[in-house]
Amino acid sequence: MSATTLTAKEPEPTGTAADGAAGPPRRSLASRAAAFAASGAVRVVLVILAVVWLLPTAGLLVSSFRDSRDIASSGWWETLTDPGQWTVGNYDALLSNDTFTDSVWTTVLITVPATGLVIILGALAAYAFAWLDFPGRDWWFLLVVALLVVPVQVALIPVARLFNTLGIFETTLGVVLFHSAFGLPFAIFLLRNFFAEIPRELLEAAKLDGAGELRLFTRVVLPLAGPAIAALGIFQFMWVWNDMLVALIFADSGSPPMTVALQQEMRQFGSNFDVLAPGAFLTMVIPLAIFFAFQRQFVAGMMSGAVK
Amino acid sequence: MASGKAVIRARPWAVACFLLPALLLLGALVVYPIAYSVWRSLFDASGDGFVGLDNFTQLFTDDSIRHALRNNLIWIVVAPTVATGLGLIFAVLTERIRWATAFKLIIFMPMAISMLAAGIIFRLVYEQDPDRGLANAVLTTVHDAFSGDSSWPDAEPRPDGPITAQEDGSFLLETPVSAGQPVLLPLVAVPQPELEGAAVAAAPSGDPAAVTGTVWMDFTRGGGTPDTIDPEEKALAGITVEAVRDGEVVADATTGDDGTFTLPAEADGAQLRLAADSFTAPYNGAEWLGPNLVTPAIIGSYVWMWAGFAMVLIAAGLAGVPRETLEAARVDGANEWQVFRRITVPLLAPLLAVVMVTLMINVLKIFDLVYVIPPSSSQGDANVLALQLYLESFGTGGDQGVGSAIAVLLLLLVLPVMFFNLRRLRRENQR
Repeated sequence: MSATTLTAKEPEPTGTAADGAAGPPRRSLASRAAAFAASGAVRVVLVILAVVWLLPTAGLLVSSFRDSRDIASSGWWETLTDPGQWTVGNYDALLSNDTFTDSVWTTVLITVPATGLVIILGALAAYAFAWLDFPGRDWWFLLVVALLVVPVQVALIPVARLFNTLGIFETTLGVVLFHSAFGLPFAIFLLRNFFAEIPRELLEAAKLDGAGELRLFTRVVLPLAGPAIAALGIFQFMWVWNDMLVALIFADSGSPPMTVALQQEMRQFGSNFDVLAPGAFLTMVIPLAIFFAFQRQFVAGMMSGAVK
Repeated sequence: MASGKAVIRARPWAVACFLLPALLLLGALVVYPIAYSVWRSLFDASGDGFVGLDNFTQLFTDDSIRHALRNNLIWIVVAPTVATGLGLIFAVLTERIRWATAFKLIIFMPMAISMLAAGIIFRLVYEQDPDRGLANAVLTTVHDAFSGDSSWPDAEPRPDGPITAQEDGSFLLETPVSAGQPVLLPLVAVPQPELEGAAVAAAPSGDPAAVTGTVWMDFTRGGGTPDTIDPEEKALAGITVEAVRDGEVVADATTGDDGTFTLPAEADGAQLRLAADSFTAPYNGAEWLGPNLVTPAIIGSYVWMWAGFAMVLIAAGLAGVPRETLEAARVDGANEWQVFRRITVPLLAPLLAVVMVTLMINVLKIFDLVYVIPPSSSQGDANVLALQLYLESFGTGGDQGVGSAIAVLLLLLVLPVMFFNLRRLRRENQR
C-alpha cells in the first residue's frame, strides 16, 4: 500500500564473511557455456511472451482498420498479407457519429473535474492531517485509511437513492461527485505521507515570517508537492476515464461517456467489431498516451495505491 | 513517517476549511452509504418489510447467487495467484536483460486501458471460429500439426450407391472384393474449393495379383455418369482403405494422388472400408466462451491485464535484494533455481503477500470483464457477486434488499485487510 511496504525487509546476515575464504568464484568453460545457453533460452522465452502479450491489442488495432465484411469472413492476421483490406472507413463512420463524439466530450467533462476535485480536496485535507493541530487528528486519519479499501459496490444503491433525492441522479455532476468521493481516501493518504516528509524547518521559517495556514499551504507545501500531485492526478485520471460501472449507473443515459456508449453498441448487435474495435481503440488512445508519457508517475501512483 | 507534533497551532475555523470539504464528501458518499447498505439489507425488495437476515440466507440458497459466489471463490484463488506467479517470473527473468524496460512496458501496458476495451480485445481473441479468433486459430494449428488434417470432412457416399456410411463415420462397400477385379469407390458432396489442388482420378490398374481400386469425387459439372470415372473428375487422395474380414482388418492401403490404391492378395474376398479418420469434421478449437471455459477464459484476460502490475511491484522489491547475498550463495555452489527458491522468494515473501492481497481485493470487485466478455448465453455461467449486485439492484432483478446484502458481504470480505492497514498505520505512528 505505501512505499514503505515495498522495500524488502533487511536481509538476514548470511555466511558471506566466512565464505570469503573459498576464494573468488571459478567457473569452468562448460558451466559458462551452459549459462550462455540458458540466457539465450531466457531471451527467446521473453520474446515469445512479449509477442503473446502484444497480439491481443494488435488484433484489435488491425481489426479496427478492416471493413465489416472482412472482419466477418477472415482473421485480422490475413490483413497483414493483403494490404488491400486496410481501410479507415470504420473511423470515418465512428467520428461522424454524433452519439460517439458526444460521448468523448462527456468523458472529458467527467474525468477532468473529477481529477481536479480530488487533487484540490485531497491536498487541502492532507495538509491539515500532516501539519495542522486539531483534536482527534490521528483518529480522523485512521478513518480515512480505513475507507481506502471500501468497494464502490457498497455505495451504489444508497448513493443512487441519495442522488435521486437531490435531483442529480443520471447527471455528469453526480458521476463527478461519486468518483471524487471514492478517490479521496487514496488522495489524502498519498499526499499526507508526502507532505509529512517536507522538512519542518521550511514551514517554521515561513511561519516566523508571519505566514498563516493558507499561505504556508500555497507558498511552501504545494510548490514542493509536484511529483506526488502528478502521480495522484495521473492515477485518478486513468481510473475515472476507464470506469464503466459508475457511469453505467450514475451517468445520463442520454449522453453517456465513451465506455458506456461503447457498451451499449455491444448489447445491440452482438459482434459488430467494425464499431467496437475502432471505438475501443479510441478510448485507449488517451490513457496509452499518458501512460507512455508519464510511465514513472503512473507506476509511482500505482505502487502507493496498491491496496485501492 | 512520524506523525510528530503539528507545527502549526491552527485556528479551528481554518482547520475546518481545509478538512470539511473532503470529510463531507466522504461522509455523504462513502460512510453514510455503508450504514445505509447494512440497514437496507435487512429489508425486502420494496424496502418496507423488515426481513431480518433473510436476504443473507438467500445469498447461500439462491442458485444464481450461489453460482456467483462459487465463481468469485475461483477468481479469488486463481487470478491473484497466477498473476503474482507470472509477475514474479517476469521480474526475475528480466533482471539481467538489457531490454528489460521495453519488455516491462509491453507487459505493463494493459494496465492503462479500460476493462471494457480489454473485454472487447478478448472477445476478438476468443471468437469461436478458428478463421477469426486468435485463440482457436493457434489451437487448431497446433492440433492439426500433431494429429494430421482429416482430409475430406465433407465427403459422403452417394445415397443408394454401392457404399454405405457406418455409424462410426467410416464408409463400407458391402459387396466383397476379389483380386484382379478393379473396385470403384465413388464419393460425393466434397465442395468445389476443397478439390482445387486435387489431381484427376485415374482408373485402377486391374492387377490380377492384387485388389486395386480408385476413390474419387464422382461428380462433374453438368452431371457425368454416376459410378464411372468421367474425365476431369478429381481423385480423393490420402484416404485409408481397409480390407475387413469377419470384423478384422487384414490389409490396408492409402489412396495415392490419382485416387488409386493397391491391396495385397490377402484382401481377396474381404469387404472394403474407408477409415473414419479421413472424414471426421475438422477440429474447431475450444469453446472459450461456452459454459465450461468462460470463467477461466475471463480470468485469462484479467491476468493479461494485471500480471504487469505484479511484475512492476516485485521488480521494485527485487532491486532491494542485496546482490552480495545472492552472490555468496552462488559461490557456495547453489544453482540459479536454488538461489531463487531459497533466497529470493523468502526475502520477497512479505512483498508477494502485499501483491496477492491487493489483487484479491481487486478481484473481489471484478465487474466489467464479466459484464462485457461472455455472450448472453453464458453470462449466467460467468456470473460474479459484483455483477449479480448490479443486475439485482439496477437490472432485471429489482431487489435492492438482496443487492444490499451482496454489498455488505463484499464489505465484510475486505474488513480483514482494513484492520491490517489500520494496525500497520498505528504501529508506524507509534514509532
